[in-house]
Amino acid sequence: MFIMSAGLPGCVNVPVWERGNLAKPHMALDPYPLQSAVRSHNYNSREAAASTHSGDGGGGCGCY
Amino acid sequence: MIKQHMVSLTRSALFILIAVFLASYSMAAQQMNKPSPDCAFTTLDGAPAQGLHAFQGEVVYVDFWASWCPPCVKSFSFLNQLEHEFKAQGLRIIGVNLDEKKADAQAFLDKYPVEFDIVADQTKQCAQNFAVIAMPSSYLIDRKGNVRYIHQGFRQGETEQLRLMVQQFLTEQP
Repeated sequence: MFIMSAGLPGCVNVPVWERGNLAKPHMALDPYPLQSAVRSHNYNSREAAASTHSGDGGGGCGCY
Repeated sequence: MIKQHMVSLTRSALFILIAVFLASYSMAAQQMNKPSPDCAFTTLDGAPAQGLHAFQGEVVYVDFWASWCPPCVKSFSFLNQLEHEFKAQGLRIIGVNLDEKKADAQAFLDKYPVEFDIVADQTKQCAQNFAVIAMPSSYLIDRKGNVRYIHQGFRQGETEQLRLMVQQFLTEQP
């Protein structure tokens, strides 16, 4: 925690008018959000796991 | 052990988020009901344009926008509507462009034509004076020159509130 906080002074507040490049789609943490959502939904359905991506928690059948 | 670290990290992140939120909220609150800062604008080509205080006596809707901002696209059709409806009653809409490359702004305007005034804040001094922290950010200035309403972002459901505020300020006399 201490080591992590030592890096905090390196953080800068980027003014909103300098965020043009940061706003580009390929700068997003997840460049393909739709694809990731579908994959995640599919995965959680097959695993029968409770998830925010599969409404009913999945039945292991992989169905939507 | 790892779980404890995770909890501690989550708490720290939450604390930072709350601090940032409160800081931004108080920055916006400082502007409310106070005379608006003056701004020296230029056209997109760089020619001098009228400053903000030149419009005293009118209700001024200052909208800070940039070409890379998706909600700005949506806000422009609403602003065009406002211009149509309320220009005759004394509403002045000023779209302040904050793009770093003017060509981007021009391409955006070619794609989404506007009917209100577009100016550029080349030094970004105006955005700093207004403490702009979101894109788009809108400031409604009454006929006396006071900032009366600040709106950050643009969502479809909020247009009615903005329209009501504009109507209310237009009925007030200086």
